[in-house]
Amino acid sequence: MKKIVPWIVVGVFALWVLGGLRPPAEKTAFDLTDFGRLPVLLNGRVQPIDSVARNALLQIRTRQAFAEVKNPDAPWWKPSEKYTRMSALEWFLELAARPEQADHRKVFRIDNPELLSLLRLPVDGPFYFSLHDLAPHLAEIDKQGQRAAAIEPATRTAFEKSVFRLQQNLILYQRLKNTLRPEDSDDFSAELAAFQRDLEPGLAAAAKSEAGQAHDEKALNALVAHVRRYNDLAQTAYPLILPPPHPEMQRDAWSSLGAGLMDALSTKQVPPAALAYAAMVTAYRHDQPAQFNQALDNYRQSLAGPLATEVKKGREEYLFNQWQPFYLSTTIYVLAFLFGCASWFGWPRVLNRSGFYLLVLGLIVHTVGIAFRMALEGRPPVTNLYSSAVFVGWGAVVLGVVLERIYRDSVGLVMASAIGFVTQIIAHNLSVGGDTMEMMRAVLDSNFWLSTHVITVTLGYSATFVAGFLAIVYILRGVFSRGLNAEARGALSRMVYGTVCFATLFSFVGTVLGGIWADQSWGRFWGWDPKENGALIIVLWNALILHARWGGLVKERGLMNLAVFGNIVTSFSWFGVNMLGVGLHSYGFMDKAAFWLWSFIATQLALIGLGLLPPRYWASLRNLKAASDGKTGSQPKTAPAGLRSPA
Amino acid sequence: MRSNPLVRFFSSLKLTVVCLACATVLVFIGTLAQVNQGLYAVQANYFQSFFVFWQVPGTALRIPVFPGGYLVGGVLLVNLIVAYATRIGFRRIHTGLLLIHAGLVLLLLGQLWTDLAQRESVMRLEEGETKSYSESQRHTELAVADVSDPSHDQVVAIPEAQLKPGAEIRLASLPFAIKVQQFWLNSAPVRGQTNAVVPMATQGAGRNQQFMQRPPVTSTDERNVPTAVVELVGNGGLLGTWLLSDWLLAPQSLEVAGKKYELSLRLARYYKPFSITLLEARHDNYKGTSIPRNFSSRVRVRNPATGEDREVLIRMNDPLRYDGFTFYQYQMMAGEDLRQAGQRPTSTLQVVRNPGWLTPYIACVLVGLGLVVQFSTHLIGFARRRLAKAVLAAAPVPAAARERKPKLKPAKALAR
Repeated sequence: MKKIVPWIVVGVFALWVLGGLRPPAEKTAFDLTDFGRLPVLLNGRVQPIDSVARNALLQIRTRQAFAEVKNPDAPWWKPSEKYTRMSALEWFLELAARPEQADHRKVFRIDNPELLSLLRLPVDGPFYFSLHDLAPHLAEIDKQGQRAAAIEPATRTAFEKSVFRLQQNLILYQRLKNTLRPEDSDDFSAELAAFQRDLEPGLAAAAKSEAGQAHDEKALNALVAHVRRYNDLAQTAYPLILPPPHPEMQRDAWSSLGAGLMDALSTKQVPPAALAYAAMVTAYRHDQPAQFNQALDNYRQSLAGPLATEVKKGREEYLFNQWQPFYLSTTIYVLAFLFGCASWFGWPRVLNRSGFYLLVLGLIVHTVGIAFRMALEGRPPVTNLYSSAVFVGWGAVVLGVVLERIYRDSVGLVMASAIGFVTQIIAHNLSVGGDTMEMMRAVLDSNFWLSTHVITVTLGYSATFVAGFLAIVYILRGVFSRGLNAEARGALSRMVYGTVCFATLFSFVGTVLGGIWADQSWGRFWGWDPKENGALIIVLWNALILHARWGGLVKERGLMNLAVFGNIVTSFSWFGVNMLGVGLHSYGFMDKAAFWLWSFIATQLALIGLGLLPPRYWASLRNLKAASDGKTGSQPKTAPAGLRSPA
Repeated sequence: MRSNPLVRFFSSLKLTVVCLACATVLVFIGTLAQVNQGLYAVQANYFQSFFVFWQVPGTALRIPVFPGGYLVGGVLLVNLIVAYATRIGFRRIHTGLLLIHAGLVLLLLGQLWTDLAQRESVMRLEEGETKSYSESQRHTELAVADVSDPSHDQVVAIPEAQLKPGAEIRLASLPFAIKVQQFWLNSAPVRGQTNAVVPMATQGAGRNQQFMQRPPVTSTDERNVPTAVVELVGNGGLLGTWLLSDWLLAPQSLEVAGKKYELSLRLARYYKPFSITLLEARHDNYKGTSIPRNFSSRVRVRNPATGEDREVLIRMNDPLRYDGFTFYQYQMMAGEDLRQAGQRPTSTLQVVRNPGWLTPYIACVLVGLGLVVQFSTHLIGFARRRLAKAVLAAAPVPAAARERKPKLKPAKALAR
């Protein structure tokens, strides 16, 4: 029985993970799965429409899906009656095809109290608003947003940041609305048919008019009306949805709907893809699933031959979005963490094994997710701050699995699942900035250096965090529980020491490789740039820990406190330097995390404070004192031998 | 020798730890200080100095408050060498550590060498343009060119360090002396009507211009644009006062003793024995974005001394190393819109002369090798202990003997 339970637990979750690979069940007769897989070009890369919708909704609503309370009186156990839920794709299609309906959806997230009071919106939540809610204040938002845009991002106040963000989100919303059709067109298919019909007579009339000959004024005016409309559309449309007309010659010549229709003036032919999208969006608008599916099917067949790679990319990235491996692994880590903690209080073997198997399952999903991303991007695992968070967590979990395999005392398990979980949360918050698979800027465009320098440096971060979290386990268990016996203390200090060695190695090699990359691309090995300094600080700090231990300057508890401080050092190097907003590396700039960074530093300092408490306040060490007092009996004044070693 | 307190002090691990702590703090505060002081000032004040000074507000008093980069690095170096000479010694068991530390020493010394010997400048080229000099980005010079001979110019350059107010510069090759009346490291033109201000110069283009002093820049994206007012004194007496500024694009001409001269305050130039021609500058963005995809410059290198004449492509992460100089793609103005506006693209190459550029590469190899040696020694030791443990476990050993070796306990036993 004891052997079977862990396998059952992990089996259930493995099935859950595999279940995510199935395509979602269609809620309506519209074939949204295949629509979501259609390739388009955005941010310089081919991606499925589903990614466009998800990233846009993530930016506007800070979530990848939409939900709102439909019927507040419905009981909570009937969520389908209480809430309206929509996937990002459904929301996008509704916005594009039925904007009158979409404009009442509460998608704009606003949580800055000053901004809410400026817009006369309730300041006590819920913090989601529809375009309809915001409509009376658009001029004010625009005015404030333009003012904020002129201010250096690093010096914007919280209010300025929020209003700037809201203004950008409103623009994005408007552009999405005009992606598949002009927002005021009821039957876009019919409109395009009229455009095709007016095209040749209009062009002939225009040529005559230019030559000063008599021409058909009506035909010319009809064409001019179309051209005005599509010229505006070309300015607003967001993703480039029309595939290259001659992919064999120019693979990246994608164009937006408006630009493609303007090109029709020279080709005299409305692009077939525009007609296909018009048919789909019109069918969706008029709730005609059969026509929608037919048009979608025809369009997919037309892409299949010439753009097979792009179609495949769309299909694969759709699967990745749908599966959400990082979300799955996060959930598994949380459970593994709970199992690990529980195993210290009872039923250790079964809980520890279950937790460990779950951790391994989480690691497998995490690894497959990273590999999947690498294949989609054609890049090494770390390309931006988002993926560095995912990878730091991965490195920590790998180390945790190794430690747990050796020591089997749930320490590695708890540490690894905690870091895995926290880094995924960080990654999620970083992804709110937009597309996480953005193209690499020219200066970073070097797979060789991305896969050597960046990976080693990131593993150095992982290892330093692992050492720090192990030390936290030591301090918390030592102060608050009696479970930290001599054996556990010895094991933990060996783990921390070994991990710090590992961290020193990786951060040193990574830093030097970074210097060599800088020598290759900027002309100097070392420039005292903040990010370089951050990496150097990690190396120095780890070297300090090692030398302090070799020199006998610190014993067990000192080692733990230094290791916890390593967390502060690493978080500063990872995020803090980006907040300074100076230096060549400030491409990873982000502004919202300062609060969280300070909170993290405060908790770490508090933990160090705990670690500095004299042994008599430690639940585990007090026992030890009592035990040795018992032994020495009549000589309580002499310092007990056991007390010295941990101090 | 180890009893000597000085030797004991300099070889101790405590000193190492203190130095590492100081280095950590120094790098940290040096990073924060960049927000206000800018990179160059921080480099000079924190890292390339023996002490970090604190200037008492309102006075000229500077108090050393923290050891600077040179002091910390220097003490660490001495510490390491003395420790090896006295405490650690050179034994085979320490080969890995020795290699690691030798690599570190090389890295530190190499960076010191770079600090002292590296010179950075830039070469800004329009498409089709040829240059045989690069320009400093930060330092200026007062150039006096004798342009009497149509076939070539004779240029005398006076570095900005000598342009102190009150200085009088006499050079044998010039028939006049230069008296510096004013020198502003950074300046800006005064726009609009300023009738109240007396003209600063009596001669040249500067008569109609007004400039004001500005504080030196801190950001690495900006540079100082200096302005100087100089008085020229010929053999026959005062020639007049000239206003020289890097803001003035064209040199100012004057004639002295039948010879034509041109005066300018310009970025310091470093002449090379070869020339570079920019053939094509390219800057592409990813389709539909403003994310740069590549920057590249196709150049022609001509060296009359060696008869060399060849084309090279310089790209991001792919510099040209030639004649002790390295040319990096630095800045670029070559967008599609620029071409459509009929402007010629320009490319700026960073030119670095760093005789010590190879040291970090060698240091990296040494440290890497050291780490491999160190880890394999540990691994062999670990494997031996595992083997010993297996043998011990197989043999019937008295319980007391096993207890004396807690490290050999099987891992599984710890969990129970």
